[in-house]
Amino acid sequence: MTDSYITPDGRTIGGVLMDMRGITLRFGGVEAIKNISFDIREGEIRAIIGPNGAGKSSMLNVISGFYHPQDGEVWFRGAKRPSMRPYDVARQGIARTFQNIALFEGMSVLDNIMCGRLTHMKTGIFSQAIWHGAAQREEVENREAVERIIDFLEIQAIRKTPVGRLPYGLKKRVELARALAAEPKLLLLDEPMAGMNVEEKEDMSRFILDVNDEFGTTIALIEHDMGVVMDLSDRVVVMDYGRKIGDGTPDEVRGNQEVIDAYLGVAHD
Amino acid sequence: MTADQLHSIPALLARNVASFGDKPAYREKEFGIWQSWTWTQAAAEIDALAAGLLTLGAVPDDHIAIVGRNRPALYWAMVAAQRIGCVPVPMYSDAAAEEMAYALDHCGARFAVVSDQEQVDKIADIREGLTELEHIIYLDGRGLRKYDHGAMTSYGDVQAAGRVAELSARLDELSAARGYDDTCVMLYTSGTTGRPKGVVLSNRNVIETSKNSSDFDGLRVGEEVLAYLPMAWVGDFIFSIGQSMWTGFCVNCPESEATMMTDLREIGPTYYFAPPRVFETQLTQVMIRMEDAGRVKKWLFDHFMAVAHRVGPDLLDGKPVGGLDRLRYALGNLFVFGPLKNTLGLSRVRVGYTAGEAIGPEIFDFYRSLGINLKQLYGQTEATVFITQQPDGEVRSDTVGVPSPGVELKIAENGEVFYRSPGTFMSYYKNPESTASTKDAEGWVATGDAGFIEEGSGHLRIIDRAKDVGQMADGRLFAPKYVENKLKFYPNILEAVVFGAGREYCTAFINIDLTAVGNWAERNNIAYSSYQELSQHPQVLGQIEAHVSEVNISVASDPMLAGCQIHRFLVLHKELDADDGEMTRTRKVRRAVIADKFSDLIGALYSDATDVYTETEVTYEDGRKGQITATLDLRDAVVAAEQVAA
Repeated sequence: MTDSYITPDGRTIGGVLMDMRGITLRFGGVEAIKNISFDIREGEIRAIIGPNGAGKSSMLNVISGFYHPQDGEVWFRGAKRPSMRPYDVARQGIARTFQNIALFEGMSVLDNIMCGRLTHMKTGIFSQAIWHGAAQREEVENREAVERIIDFLEIQAIRKTPVGRLPYGLKKRVELARALAAEPKLLLLDEPMAGMNVEEKEDMSRFILDVNDEFGTTIALIEHDMGVVMDLSDRVVVMDYGRKIGDGTPDEVRGNQEVIDAYLGVAHD
Repeated sequence: MTADQLHSIPALLARNVASFGDKPAYREKEFGIWQSWTWTQAAAEIDALAAGLLTLGAVPDDHIAIVGRNRPALYWAMVAAQRIGCVPVPMYSDAAAEEMAYALDHCGARFAVVSDQEQVDKIADIREGLTELEHIIYLDGRGLRKYDHGAMTSYGDVQAAGRVAELSARLDELSAARGYDDTCVMLYTSGTTGRPKGVVLSNRNVIETSKNSSDFDGLRVGEEVLAYLPMAWVGDFIFSIGQSMWTGFCVNCPESEATMMTDLREIGPTYYFAPPRVFETQLTQVMIRMEDAGRVKKWLFDHFMAVAHRVGPDLLDGKPVGGLDRLRYALGNLFVFGPLKNTLGLSRVRVGYTAGEAIGPEIFDFYRSLGINLKQLYGQTEATVFITQQPDGEVRSDTVGVPSPGVELKIAENGEVFYRSPGTFMSYYKNPESTASTKDAEGWVATGDAGFIEEGSGHLRIIDRAKDVGQMADGRLFAPKYVENKLKFYPNILEAVVFGAGREYCTAFINIDLTAVGNWAERNNIAYSSYQELSQHPQVLGQIEAHVSEVNISVASDPMLAGCQIHRFLVLHKELDADDGEMTRTRKVRRAVIADKFSDLIGALYSDATDVYTETEVTYEDGRKGQITATLDLRDAVVAAEQVAA
């Protein structure tokens, strides 16, 4: 499974970028994730789906380094990842968005996205305050990168608007912009379409595909909307009660009896 | 180069490079910064693209379609086409695939220069049927990486190929071969009735008109304009290419459609055109925001606006105004008008025009009283825009001005307006019958509008479309637009369609303005979940009924048109939309389509029913169709007593 291949729509999927090996996560006596293994390959769109409480968000938090699993190993770019703080993970090239939007409401869209450039800023707080030389150049470079993302996500009109005044769908887009500003290798999206109407979902799907296509960013996403997941993703992991019950292409997953049972419900003895 | 050699747009470009090569010619906001190109730089970009088109195999007289929003690169594409003796054909970028297919097929374009993936996809959908189209040149490559590039090249690559080829001598030769009476551009009319027609305009049409109209208003280098109206529209071609090339002023392109208002404020145009709808929307927004303003601000606004209404227009026209009033106005300018004009982006407007529809007198007066020199003009594609326009100092809301320089007017027996001018179009492309029926042997063109020339002032007044003016069952005059305009002057009415030809009485369909009515609902804690629900809210219907009754009183006061009072009306459950074919892309009502599509509703208006159930097909922006159903209230309006002619 390490050879690269080309998808039917012409994208190149590379080798394994992230490998989750036998992950188990417990909160006290509750086992949120039970011995799950799967991998994410370079350039692919990988979805994690499952009913409510299946452990999807926990899994995303493990990937992003926020939770530390009791058992199992996380391998990223061919090396075993030690237990690290979330900012170290961000430095490694992993960025994320949140299920409940986590933006700075009082700050403008531009400033919020600039925050995403934090890992790309080298100058210290003092030279930034004096606004001279390297700090100035750096700010200009970062601003340019941010402006390209603003252009890409078509949010020029709200550049200077405080985030708190934006409707929900746009906030989601700004959050995506902030994550993209970090120029991540791996982008984690926690329910990017939750609470959106059909049109907003279509826009967001378009942007996710464009990000993957244009920047070659690997994307792992959690989503409830089955239609969206099946259309967007290359491979899908299905979770239920902390277990992995399916893994494969959308078609394979759709035909999996265990998955159908989990979604439609069967009697529990 | 002497003036009599300036017989084509490329010749004007060469003159501009020679006369003021280092002055800005184009600006575009991109990545949050205004990027600018001087005339010299723009000419180099144009030459690179023109040479690139030659390497792709373009030959003189080819039609080159241009599709996209206003961007310098697309304006350059038009001039690049002219540089090699080809004819640019700008097209409406928001047109649905089949509308675009018609125009592309009709003009037989071999090349299309398009803005982005959206337009490429649209053409891909219809490409099967387009036998002549050979190559697409796209500006923004985003999302196009995986597309088959066999017959598709990026704008940058075409320019690069052109630069390598070094064909400047050949370009000059091809440009010089074009005469004053050769085709300059072809523009498709929006088509209020039937299929769009390709209007062929010559270099003479465009350059003479640009020269006359620039002289009329004293336009000069240093003027700033914002190019935001559709590139396919004749007005944009004249403002952003014709007049810009003639006078050498700078054309500014907004960052995106959504940022137009911000960009307008940043540029502060000195020469500005907007259809009445834009002025209406801006005024509605100002009024809504003033409703929410604090008491002191509200008082200042009301107080000084009253002063402005009283003396503003006179000050603008240079008429005598008392010293005390001048002082009051100056104070108002300091506290209210100045900041307001700045917010609207209209601080520097020296010459402002509106046209296309009648503008409400209150709206017109509002802008003029702020000191903005807003004027009206009357024109059409076939006239290369200008037929009549208002000179400074003779501006009124109910006329469209005096004949533009070089234009002759005559009014036919039936009231239809005819004109003859240097801008009179050459022909409709591939349509000699229509050309013959519109333009007679002596060059007189029928406008299709009914009007009269006012005695004394010599100003033209337009009543309605000639073919829409009809008779009611009792033989009285029926002029729907006259009444519709009165209705549309209310901020909460977006659109109105009046029926009554051959009937006993008039009825109307009304579209509410979602911005105005939505804001009212919010302030009054009225919950609604959809446009449809809001449109049928009893209080909304009550307000509209009051408006209709007021309009009836005003209509009744005109003995000639008193028969046009509205007896019954309904508020439509959907906005009339160009995607559904109910309006043209320039947002003019298509009466026949509406009458046919909503025949059940018209039937109900002429019955005793109090409500009507209806099913309507709607087309979404991406071309998919859906059904909406609604039960609409039918309301009676108060009909005023007619004044008996003395």
